[in-house]
Amino acid sequence: MKPELPLHLEFNIEGGNFTRAGFASSEIKKVLKQLDVDMAIIKRTVVASYEAEVNVVAHAYSGTMYVDIDGQTIRIALVDEGPGIPDIEAAMREGFSTASVSVREMGFGAGMGLPNIKKNADQLDLSSEVGKGTQVVITLGLGLK
Amino acid sequence: MEKKITVADVAAALDLKVLSGEKGLDRMVTGGYVSDLLSDVMGHADAGQLWMTLQTHKNVMAIASLKDLAAILLVNGNQPEEDTARQSDLEGIPILGSSLEAFEITGKVYEHLKKNAIIQR
Repeated sequence: MKPELPLHLEFNIEGGNFTRAGFASSEIKKVLKQLDVDMAIIKRTVVASYEAEVNVVAHAYSGTMYVDIDGQTIRIALVDEGPGIPDIEAAMREGFSTASVSVREMGFGAGMGLPNIKKNADQLDLSSEVGKGTQVVITLGLGLK
Repeated sequence: MEKKITVADVAAALDLKVLSGEKGLDRMVTGGYVSDLLSDVMGHADAGQLWMTLQTHKNVMAIASLKDLAAILLVNGNQPEEDTARQSDLEGIPILGSSLEAFEITGKVYEHLKKNAIIQR
């Protein structure tokens, strides 16, 4: 069954809980498949949303992912309560990471997350307040007729 | 003629253990990718590939599922964690195992896929 548009989804993301990382992204993938979005666009969306989801799990205390899909675009906004990003320019740099040793041992925190999001999203907007939290907004065109 | 090869074919040919996700053994293998960095796999692996890694935690299943990978191949005799195996069963994406180190088993997988004209390079 094709979901009706516009569609709004919300997911809570728990900081530090890696066992659920990727759940929201797989829900997004399901919906985009039901909407017959082109596979190449689904792939890009999923890479961007997964990396953003993992960032909240790895760095923040808690967060929410707000997903809005209309006829043209998908907008994924992640709003977290966390330490914030003191230097966004550095954070965007490939290889830069502040992830903990245990997070790195799992194969995360290689400093590829934000660059991966940037590569795959049509638009990435990032704002952050140190000591409060971070907002990441990812937008992609869906190419739907 | 386009050649087709399944996860089961690769597992049988290279004497790999099927550790979980048996119901996905008929998934097609189109190539391989080797990495222990999850963002690297997220960014560079392609659908249908066999992913060789030493990571055993549940997040490898999230990656395999989101990227539509054919299967995961754990190197070095590594075993999937319990919830990883459960997720693999649930999603029908197999986890295979080899006692060989990444270098050796990757070489064997590469040779096998090349011999069967799955990869041309």
